[in-house]
Amino acid sequence: MNRNYDNQEFWRWTESRWENPTVSLEDANHITSGIDVGSVSSQAVVVADGQIYCYGNMRTGSNSPDSARNALRHALEGTGLTEDRIEYCIGTGYGRVNVPMADRTITEIACHARGANLIYGNDLRTVLDVGGQDCKAIRCNEKGKVTNFLMNDKCAAGTGRGMEVMADMLSVPITDLGERSFDIEKEPRPVSSTCVVYAKTEATGLLRSGWDVNEVLAGYCSAMAERIFSLIQRIGVEERFAITGGMAKNRGVIDRLVRIMDIEPMTTEWDPQIAGAAGAALFAHTLVEKGKGRDGEGK
Amino acid sequence: MDQRITAGIDCGSKTTKCVIVEGNDPIGIGLTSSGFDIKEAINRSLNDALCASNMDRECIERIGVTGAGAGNTEIVDIEINEIRAMGRGAVHFFPGATTVVDVGAEMARTARLSKNGNVEDFAMNEKCAAGAGAFIEAMSRALGVPLEDMGELANQSNNPIPMNAQCVIFAESEVVGQIHANTPVKDICRAIHDAMASRIASMIRRVGPMGTSDDDIVVMGGVALNTGFIEALKRELMVERLRIPRHPLIVPAVGAALIAREEGSD
Repeated sequence: MNRNYDNQEFWRWTESRWENPTVSLEDANHITSGIDVGSVSSQAVVVADGQIYCYGNMRTGSNSPDSARNALRHALEGTGLTEDRIEYCIGTGYGRVNVPMADRTITEIACHARGANLIYGNDLRTVLDVGGQDCKAIRCNEKGKVTNFLMNDKCAAGTGRGMEVMADMLSVPITDLGERSFDIEKEPRPVSSTCVVYAKTEATGLLRSGWDVNEVLAGYCSAMAERIFSLIQRIGVEERFAITGGMAKNRGVIDRLVRIMDIEPMTTEWDPQIAGAAGAALFAHTLVEKGKGRDGEGK
Repeated sequence: MDQRITAGIDCGSKTTKCVIVEGNDPIGIGLTSSGFDIKEAINRSLNDALCASNMDRECIERIGVTGAGAGNTEIVDIEINEIRAMGRGAVHFFPGATTVVDVGAEMARTARLSKNGNVEDFAMNEKCAAGAGAFIEAMSRALGVPLEDMGELANQSNNPIPMNAQCVIFAESEVVGQIHANTPVKDICRAIHDAMASRIASMIRRVGPMGTSDDDIVVMGGVALNTGFIEALKRELMVERLRIPRHPLIVPAVGAALIAREEGSD
């Protein structure tokens, strides 16, 4: 989405890439990749024998094939690894049917659970993924297999897009928003949590009545947290618990959510947005290992 | 006929409307943006309506208020429920009305009326702005087409395309996607109005069965001024005619003024 704004683009978040120094490609039997093209961000993860080798996380452009290509190029940048050495590639996410290098596609729910299992370990039982245009609560077993899930993809309340709208409206860069929401004297009441349009109207009124921008941010972050909590509560949380997706980087929402839930989420050094792509790459690895790769019977 | 002069005020989320009614006729209208201070908006709209009707404040016997801002001011004699006000106003302009639809900036309401004009059932959007004027406003911003031109453009299109997003915020992204895909602007406009009409139509169906020949559907609220929406709603409901009052914005305010008079102490 190339949204053009006259001023600064407050919704812009930081892209990332990472390369694993401990994995050597020399001895790797299989190199596979997963590409997750979401509505707002796209990730590519390359795994060598089931270990994350490198990843790239970028904004989705107006065109899904290019977004997929760019994410993979970003991941491979400077590694010396070339695309032709990747044995198998799986596409996932909202734009998965438009990943040109994908050998097959798998839904993002399955990929998320599988990827989170790798990132957070076998003890993980509940994954909350808050992405750009949806919010999913996934229950999974010790193998990272989905046992149940719930999803909101109909309404922007409680998604990253809702947060972008607020960042733009209040002219606060989305990356600073979480910190600033705690720079207040007293926690205000949450604003409307049902609809972003109503929340915007309410926020405008609050600003006019003398609320500080940070207080409005706090009220909005609480509303988001409540909204996300209502989804995850419906499916029930079994420990251990982790949060993935872009919203995992927003302290303003996550700290408040954790306070309501009273469960400490697991943490990671990796970018929490890569879970889907990591899961896709792992599925690709399993297929290749079973001889169901490009030359195998699976094709 | 009761010739007492009363005023009706309707505080919407966006616009506050005031109407002075004498006998059966609205004699003065005041419209003002609701802004943040509702009390102030109520006073301003009343003063404007008094000016327009060349009346003094003392001439007004009773004031009825309806809408989101009711209960905010001391000048009011009677508070009237929004659904009742819109029903009463609709029957005043169209005595045979059976179904009433009010689509405002952030609210949409439908009501089914009995033969004597009482509300039998109603439905409204409570949690989501998708079926309200804010939807078309947001899309007009995304398209860069002035709001007033949206309906006209939609009516030029003969090519219905589906719109997947229900949420205002997601629909904005979808519209941007359509612009990138070089879909003609008039077709996007039509898709926007079709989506909106389908939501309102389902709200109409929730209050009662449609399709008998004596159905008389009155559409009011700011969105009733949008011809693209009206045409889309006709298609969606498969009806030939919808009743649009000359001033669709002020109908609930007229209803409030009439109820204030009818229920006034003699």
